[in-house]
Amino acid sequence: MSLDAKIPQGPLAEKWSKHKFNLKLVNPANKRKYDIIIVGTGLAGASAAASLAELGYNVKSFCFQDSPRRAHSIAAQGGINAAKNYQNDGDSVYRLFYDTIKGGDYRAREGNVYRLAEVSVNIIDQCVAQGVPFAREYGGLLDNRSFGGSQVSRTFYARGQTGQQLLLGAYSALNRQIHAGKVKMYTRTEMLDVVVVDGHAKGIVTRNMITGEIESHAGHAVLLCTGGYSNVFYLSTNAIGSNVTAAWRAHKRGAFFGNPCYTQIHPTCIPVTGDHQSKLTLMSESLRNDGRVWAPKTPEIAEQLRKGLLKADQVKEDDRDYFLERKYPAFGNLVPRDVASRNAKEMVEDGRGVGASGFAVFLDFADAIKRLGEETVKAKYGNLFDMYIQITDENPYKQPMRIYPAVHYTMGGLWVDYNLSTNVPGLYALGECNFSDHGANRLGASALMQGLSDGYFVIPYTLGDYLATIGPKKVDTSHPAFEQTKKDVLDHVNKLLALNGTKTAEAYHRDLGHIMWEYCGMARTEEGLIKAKELIKALKVDFWKNAKVVGENEEVNASLERAGRVADFIELGELMVDDALMRRESCGGHFRVESQTEGGEAKRDDENFAFVAAWEFKGESQPEELHKEQLVFESVHLSQRNYA
Amino acid sequence: MNGNMNLTLKVWRQKNAQTAGKFVTYKAEGISPDMSFLEMLDVVNEGLTLKGDEPIHFDHDCREGICGMCSLYINGHPHGPKRAITTCQLHMRSFHDGETITIEPWRATAFPIVKDLAVDRAAFDRIQQAGGYVSVNTGGVPDGNALLIPKVIADEAFNSATCIGCGACVAACKNASAMLFVSAKITQLGLLPQGQPERYRRAQSMVAQMDEEGFGNCTNTGACEAECPKEIKLTNIARMNNDYFSAKLFREEEIHEEQHGG
Repeated sequence: MSLDAKIPQGPLAEKWSKHKFNLKLVNPANKRKYDIIIVGTGLAGASAAASLAELGYNVKSFCFQDSPRRAHSIAAQGGINAAKNYQNDGDSVYRLFYDTIKGGDYRAREGNVYRLAEVSVNIIDQCVAQGVPFAREYGGLLDNRSFGGSQVSRTFYARGQTGQQLLLGAYSALNRQIHAGKVKMYTRTEMLDVVVVDGHAKGIVTRNMITGEIESHAGHAVLLCTGGYSNVFYLSTNAIGSNVTAAWRAHKRGAFFGNPCYTQIHPTCIPVTGDHQSKLTLMSESLRNDGRVWAPKTPEIAEQLRKGLLKADQVKEDDRDYFLERKYPAFGNLVPRDVASRNAKEMVEDGRGVGASGFAVFLDFADAIKRLGEETVKAKYGNLFDMYIQITDENPYKQPMRIYPAVHYTMGGLWVDYNLSTNVPGLYALGECNFSDHGANRLGASALMQGLSDGYFVIPYTLGDYLATIGPKKVDTSHPAFEQTKKDVLDHVNKLLALNGTKTAEAYHRDLGHIMWEYCGMARTEEGLIKAKELIKALKVDFWKNAKVVGENEEVNASLERAGRVADFIELGELMVDDALMRRESCGGHFRVESQTEGGEAKRDDENFAFVAAWEFKGESQPEELHKEQLVFESVHLSQRNYA
Repeated sequence: MNGNMNLTLKVWRQKNAQTAGKFVTYKAEGISPDMSFLEMLDVVNEGLTLKGDEPIHFDHDCREGICGMCSLYINGHPHGPKRAITTCQLHMRSFHDGETITIEPWRATAFPIVKDLAVDRAAFDRIQQAGGYVSVNTGGVPDGNALLIPKVIADEAFNSATCIGCGACVAACKNASAMLFVSAKITQLGLLPQGQPERYRRAQSMVAQMDEEGFGNCTNTGACEAECPKEIKLTNIARMNNDYFSAKLFREEEIHEEQHGG
């Protein structure tokens, strides 16, 4: 099977306009004859549900939380990029496009990324119209700030809670359509499978998380807006409930998985304190504007710090190694996320890690406080400092913060074409759930942009073309494919419930996380990945033999929910390792130790790896088949990133 | 074992909304002061699961204080004893070794119990659906900078908009009033120019839905404000009442809508 990304022909800047004109339309009176299923209510899902319902389609929307407002988009802190050029500082659609392609280390499609930059300006207008209270200047205009990886101020923000405000905006638009009867909302409902009829997605099977009922829902198209899979690492900055199950089950029904090994590790998170830790908390990247990253010069001093015999502020200036400033004098503490993360890891491996666990380096504000005064630092970062105090019980105004990298975002996801369609017709993937737009590394403040771009401004156009092609005739849930899929789901649930071993699903999840973090995290080697594959295979066998699930299906059962998600994460973990093994180059967030420059930076191999890896499921425990979508660069010149 | 705190938990257990519930006592042993409250419950649940018992059910998701999913009425306080944080941000160092901790669900008629400590807050969603929005479709809106909004107004609207919809205000109120929650949205949109055309209609429809859901009236004691993890101010309720009564007394919504073409 060949992969057709369906990128429109013609000049880059005209592709989307021309494409919109060429797409078929569904006439306004016919839209109500179509039912659309949307899974997930984050930025992508909520914006898509509201926009499609406004157009007149009937939408069924699903989320596993108790309310659509809880989706994890809500936790995004920093901001959202848009090429408004309100600051007159040289920004343009082309510059945002260029920064995104380069930041992604040339592993994204030019056509998609240009469209993303193009519609970014509409997103801000839309959100303002909804009443999103963006930060304003005294004159009443929208305020901007700069963010990692760009030289212009194009980031719009709402204090440190931009994701929350954008999501509540999309949620309000969704609510309006629920009120109008155009969206039927299903909360506390988990999607467990896709129903495919004659090669087309025609519905889903869900589990009601209150009653346990396994239900079928039919529609003309299914949109997965179910987020990323960072929780495959067990510890990440994702919400506890974030999971890969919807995407993974779709993958097992034929949807290709794109670039699964591309994960983003954020350098400034609060370190792990012990085995009990259930999640990690991000501290905004903006802290690196004024904080200086350092580790003790010798393992001996680090040892004293770990044991509490020495306090950080007692370490003499000469005994400190400001390693980012030393190695990257031009960018200093502001090197990209992947570079900063890998360097912290090297310090720890060198025996120079700090904190009780030794898995941390310092982020020091002493100089900034001396230079700017404590009040100014408080005004800039007060809420982040408070958060740090709350979690660690330490005062970062007196002692440097301890930070360590954590998994934050997954660039990989379901493979989609330019229309956001997976290779299974009728099955779409939006937002972090798909693989597109960010290449091998995502720039700060670009996730919110992509989620809303997909939902507000891309899918309302591209979905119509498919619907007009298939026509309004419905396949309903009486079709045998629904019965069969429902039976498969029930069998799977029963198989999980029958597990009566000696270890909780959570414990397996923790084990998986250790394997992934150790061998498929910040730095990956051929040897380590081969080992990881064996370990995951063994873990999978052990899970299905010794895991313990309690309770029954016909009730609220968190144990069952967790077990199902962990089982899927284990399978995904294996595919990530396969993908990382196959990609014998470094690019963005994927760092193969064997492929680095003399300066220790990620070294791409454009001749052999300028492609999207799309993996096809071939059956339980069978090796997956790799399909390659060659990336064609017509507008940008591929260069080596260098931050020294 | 991670730490050296030993605690006694008195936890509300209830199979579902149809069954009666009761307190059950558990030991939480080897607890580290660095654990969050929910991580402490994770440890207890891991032990229960291994014994084949049903784990204690509670709602949670982001575990960083922003999604609003976690709840818990801890020793008589929504989200526990500390101010301005959610349960997931509460750490065990706020308790002492040997302490007995009582954990209950939110108690309110409008929040029926789902299981154990989790309640159904769909009433909050229905109130938002009744009018918590600006009626604009996707596309065809003016440029974001076409509308000048004074910084103080934007900041004030933002303060109200930070409500996470957790329901602590209802749990804190002896009347189980939802007024702080409802007024936060009415205030956010009522302050901003975008929200003006529907301002009075919004206040009326959201309040009507709030009443229909069975939430009580304001007690004017301010427990909601004191317990709100996002420190939403009581003055929001004054603004809501102002809009609501203006609409009721002077039929201002109609006049207003004529003026604004709403």
